Formats: sequence, structure tokens, C-alpha cells
Amino acid sequence: MQYALVILLLPLLNFLVTGLMDTRWKARVAGTISTVAIAVITLLSYVTAYEYFTTRFQDGSYQAFIPFELNWLRFTDTLQVQLGLLLDPISVMMLVVVTTVSLMVHLYSLSYMKGERGFERYYAFLSLFTFSMLGLVVATNIFQMYIFWELVGVSSYLLIGFYYTRPAAVAAAKKAFIVTRFADLFFLAGILLLSYYTQTFDFTALTSGDGRMFGTIGSLTFMGGSVLSWAMALIFIGGAGKSALFPLHIWLPDAMEGPTPVSALIHAATMVVAGVYLVARLFPVYAVQTPEVLHGIAYTGLFTALFSAVIACVQTDIKRVLAFSTISQIGFMMVGLGVSGYGAHEGLGYMASLFHLFTHAMFKALLFLGAGSVIHAVHSNSMDDMGQLRKRMPVTHLTFLVACLAIAGIPPFSGFFSKDEILAAAFHFSPPVGWILSGIAGLTAFYMFRLYYNIFWNDKPPTSRHAEHPVHESPALMTLPLIVLALITLVAGFIPFGRFVTSDRGLYTISLDWQVAASSILIALAGIGLATVLYRRNNDKPARLKLKFAGLHEAATHRFYIDEIYLFLTKKVVFNSISRPLAWFDRHIVDGFMNLLATVSNRVSVRIKGIQSGHIQQYAWVFLFATLAIAGILLFVV
Amino acid sequence: MGESILTASQAYIPLEAYILVSLIMFFAGVYGFLVRRSVLLMLISVELMLNAADLNFAAINRYLYPEHSEGFFFALFTIAIAACETAVAIAIFINAYRNLQSVKVNSISTLKE
Repeated sequence: MQYALVILLLPLLNFLVTGLMDTRWKARVAGTISTVAIAVITLLSYVTAYEYFTTRFQDGSYQAFIPFELNWLRFTDTLQVQLGLLLDPISVMMLVVVTTVSLMVHLYSLSYMKGERGFERYYAFLSLFTFSMLGLVVATNIFQMYIFWELVGVSSYLLIGFYYTRPAAVAAAKKAFIVTRFADLFFLAGILLLSYYTQTFDFTALTSGDGRMFGTIGSLTFMGGSVLSWAMALIFIGGAGKSALFPLHIWLPDAMEGPTPVSALIHAATMVVAGVYLVARLFPVYAVQTPEVLHGIAYTGLFTALFSAVIACVQTDIKRVLAFSTISQIGFMMVGLGVSGYGAHEGLGYMASLFHLFTHAMFKALLFLGAGSVIHAVHSNSMDDMGQLRKRMPVTHLTFLVACLAIAGIPPFSGFFSKDEILAAAFHFSPPVGWILSGIAGLTAFYMFRLYYNIFWNDKPPTSRHAEHPVHESPALMTLPLIVLALITLVAGFIPFGRFVTSDRGLYTISLDWQVAASSILIALAGIGLATVLYRRNNDKPARLKLKFAGLHEAATHRFYIDEIYLFLTKKVVFNSISRPLAWFDRHIVDGFMNLLATVSNRVSVRIKGIQSGHIQQYAWVFLFATLAIAGILLFVV
Repeated sequence: MGESILTASQAYIPLEAYILVSLIMFFAGVYGFLVRRSVLLMLISVELMLNAADLNFAAINRYLYPEHSEGFFFALFTIAIAACETAVAIAIFINAYRNLQSVKVNSISTLKE
């Protein structure tokens, strides 16, 4: 399977070529070449997946396989960094997810971004992102993963700030970069702690189940927890930053300033699940060595899911609704991982979480691309400018409906199956967690259908934009990816996922827990029903509800003031009490000393400038008397 | 050779006389260099100082180390250097005069800028 290397190298090559050629090519050429390159690697990923899952099953489990590894940095005999490809069930699954969504986004962008200034640059950045994301998923060691992790962050920054003439986009890009970078600091600290004590970066070694390497780190304690727990918690914080978990979620809604296909690729399907992937990658360590950290992950995920689902219910920008929905769904995945145990049957949550990652990537990309199609037609992000679009945009409408049903958890759409497994695992872990999660699933159904009805039904008075611009269906190049993703969403639920990805790489047969399934379907239907009553037709019920819960509505609209808290913490606390005194010290003490030196030399030179008269005879006098003086000293004193 | 001269002449001129003359010449040069405003006269003063040094070389060599001759050669050498120096100095003066219309040393002070 050496050809798997091509999957990584082709996007990099494409990035270099398109990036260097820039506008020397026609925009269409850059777009076409990039899309073809992605199509090729998508095909290769499918071949890799097929070959891996058919040939690498030995002794009752899938064997990890490293087709290529390069000793990249040799610092000392023990400190070495490898670069390579690690193929195992989750990385192969991620290869398929990333390349598929990336291909769809490339195709879609050909039409969506047409005529946009910087079209070639856009495709170059997309390739860079695809390369980094693929590098991240196939990383053989945690250090390589960290490198690609940062690359992913950079390409996300570049793409969010794609419209760099818009101040909001620039601010959003900066925010995304700083917040994730801040989290990555903890990630780095975790990596250093972990690898310092275990003497290895290698995933295969870390997850081999060999408990001896954790002997030292597990027995050392620091502030009530073992150092291993701290290290794993720090690594998780890095993942939480990328995956936009509370309280590091603040960058993701703002990241919607980027082009919509970018949101579909990066901020819905691939990069934001990097945190989930990271936890899944190190899952044996979490589950066996530090179950308390894993439980922390579960509760963080649970709170994030609830919190962002509530906010999603009141947002009016359709991309923001989807952004909060993404955060909420990632919370679901984290809960799935957090409640899971290690082993064949205990690992239900693990399997469910990655299954949900897979299905979510598809239907959330579909939702974003559908939203992009709507925005393309209406030229606005706001729900208030939409309504009654179902007849005018039939394909977008249908595919969007499919995705909404999937995320709401209605069978037979893919989201139902994966979410149901997560719920079952949560109930198995603790019934209260299960009930809260079911409630959040109901909220999900509600806010998604609120969005759906507001876009495609609700006969609001048409805005002026509608009148001058008759809204029509998007071109075929945009609807084709929608249809493909909708088809995947329709059938993905029937994939026997347990046969491919389980916590111990063995086999697991999914059996639907009908009790959980029935209750979750009922809750989802209730959510949909409520949304139907409130938003299907234009009425005053939402307004009255809003009045009734004015406080909650206000708080949720302002995203529970988390951004304000951050601003308070950074501007008022950090800037005022730390940065300002430091700046004062720098300006007055450090600079002051240097200025003093400069001033003194300046003054002294002004004073003694007169000596340099330029009159040679004066110099001669000085010379003469100095000579006489020295002669006198030599004669009489010495 | 030197031995015979010394013994032959009874009332010879003592070394101090030479040094005295050279001292007067030297300080006359120093004085001229310091107080004269014309660069030409200053150049002459410099020559005077050089010649005073030459005289010292010759006299001291003759009186104290008659078996050696480095002092004479050094004096000759200095004369050659002085000639070159004069040529260069006068070239500079001519250029200074062309630029400044003056050979007064007070007016040649633009180097400080």
C-alpha cells in the first residue's frame, strides 16, 4: 500500500503549483487541476480503505500498518522524530471522510467561488488544508500529529480570512488562530510531559496496551493527580481548542466569516473533529490509564452539547445556527468517547462516536453546502431575508431536508443510527447523562427544523432583495455535491460500522437498542413538531415565546456572554494588570536606561564639540603641550 | 677615521653646541608652526623642525657612535622624505587655494564638518 503516500503528496504538490502560479494561470485551470488532484486522491483513499479492510484482518483484529516511515529528526539516540503513514481503522476511515468531503467542496467551489478575486489562492489554500488534514490523520507519532495540527490551524486561518478586505473576516481569522493556538500550548505541554516520561512519541507504542511505560509517569503525582492524568488532560485541552469545546468554542461561530464551502470542509466535517480524532487515537491510554480524565471529557462534551444547542435555537444567521449545531454535535462525539470503555463490548461509545463523526461529516457538510446554495441565491446570511424557497430551489430544499432529518435522528437517515449508539452508550454509562443527551437531541431536532422552516417555508413578507432578484436554483456544479452527499446520508446508516472501527480493532456487531431508539425518535419528533407549529407559517407565537423567556432569549442571543467574559478577562484583567505594568517597565526602565545612555553621550559630545575646531594650529598647541606634559611626567615623576 | 679627526683638532666644537643649535632650530619651527597663519610659512617651519632633527642625527652619530653610520643614512632618508612631503603639501595648498581662494590656515577648517 505504498501508494498511500501519494494521497499525502499530491495535495502538497498541488498547493505548491497552484500557489506559485497564482494568477499566471486562468482561474479555471487552477480550479480544475486542484479538483482533479483531489479526485485522484479520493479514489486512492477508497482503494486504500478497500485493501486495508480486506487484507489486514489477522488474529481477530485489524493490524496497524505503516507503509512508509522516515527518520526525520535525529536529536539524540532516544529523541528522534519520525514522519510516516500509519494505517489503522480510524485513520483509514478519516482518509475516506476527508477526501470525500474535500472533493465535494472542491467541486462545489468551482461554481460557488466563480469570479471571486483570489480564486487561485483559494484553491491553493484548500489544497494546503487537505494536505495538512491528511497528514494529521495518518500521523505515526504524536509529534508529527502536532506539526500537521498546526498546519491545519494555519490553513484554517488563511481560509477564514480569505476575504481579507473585510475587517470582520480578518478579526475572525485572528480569533480562530489565537484561540486554537492558545489551546495548542497546552497540547504541546501535554506532549512533552507524556513523551518525556514514556520516552516515545510513537502512537503504536503508546497504545500497545503495555502498561510498563506508564510506570514512572503514572506513579508521580502533581496537585492531586498523577502526572499522566495531567498530561492526558493537557492533550485533551489541545483537542478541545480545535474541536471548539466549551469554553474554547468562541472562535467557531466567528469562523463563519470565511467562504461557505470552507465552513463545510473545515468547520463542519474535518478540522473541528481533529480533537475527537486525537482522543480516539490515544483512546487506549485514556480508557485504561486515566479513566478519570475520560470522564472529564464526557462531562465537558455533555455541557458543550447542551450549551451550544440552546444558543443555536435563537441565532438568526443561518451559518451561525449550523456552527453552534456543529459544536453541539462534537459534544455528542466527545460524550460517546467519554462514556466508552475499552474492549469489545464496553467500547460501544468509541465505535458510536467515530460512527457519528463519519455520518456527521457527511450531513453537516451537506447542510453547509446547502446553506451556501441558499446564500448564493438570496445574497444574505439572515433567516429574515429567506422564506418560501422550497419551490424555487427544489434540489437544495430536498437535500437540506435529508440532512435535517439525519441530524434530528429520524430513521433511516444516517444520523439516527450513530446518534442512537451514542445514546445507548450514554444510558449504559449513567442514565442521567443519557436523558440529558436525549433532551439535547430533541433540541437539535427543534433548532434544525426552525432553520429549515425559516429558509424554505415561512411566508414572511418578501424583502426588497427578492423583488429585484428572482431567486432560482443553483447551477448543476453546486447541486451535484448536494445530491451525492444526500445519497451518502441516506445509506451511511446501514454501514456495519462495528465491523470496521472498534476500540480494540476487533469486530463488533451493532444491535439497535429499540427502547433507546424509540424514545429518541419520539423526542426528535416532538422537537420537529414544535418547530413545525412555531415556524412553518408566519405567526406571532415565536415572538410571544420570546417575550415570555426574554431573559433566557437575550442571554442565548448573546451566546451567554462568553465572548464578553473573554474580552473582560483579556482586556480588563490581563491587559490592565499584567501587560500594562510590563509595558510600563519596558518603556520606562529598560528603554529608559538606553535613552539615558544615548542622552548622556549626546550631551557630552555637544559640550566637547568645541575642541574639534578644525583649526590645525589649535591641535598643534594641544599636541605640543601634551607632549611636553608627558615628557615632564616621564622625566620628573616616573 | 673619526678617531683621527677627534685627536687632530684640539679646539673642537662640542656636541652640546650642535644640540643647542638644533634645539633653537626646532623650537623656532614649533613657534612658526603655531603662530604663522600662512600655510607656506607653516610648511617652512615644519622643514625647520625636520632639519633640526637631521642635525641631531648627524651630530650624535658623529660624536657618540663614530664607528656606525645609521645616523647619517637616517638624515639622508629624512631629507628625501621631506622633499616628497613638500611636494605633496604644496599640491594640497594649490588645491586648497583653488577651492577656498586663501592659503590662510584659519580659513581651512572645513574638515571638521
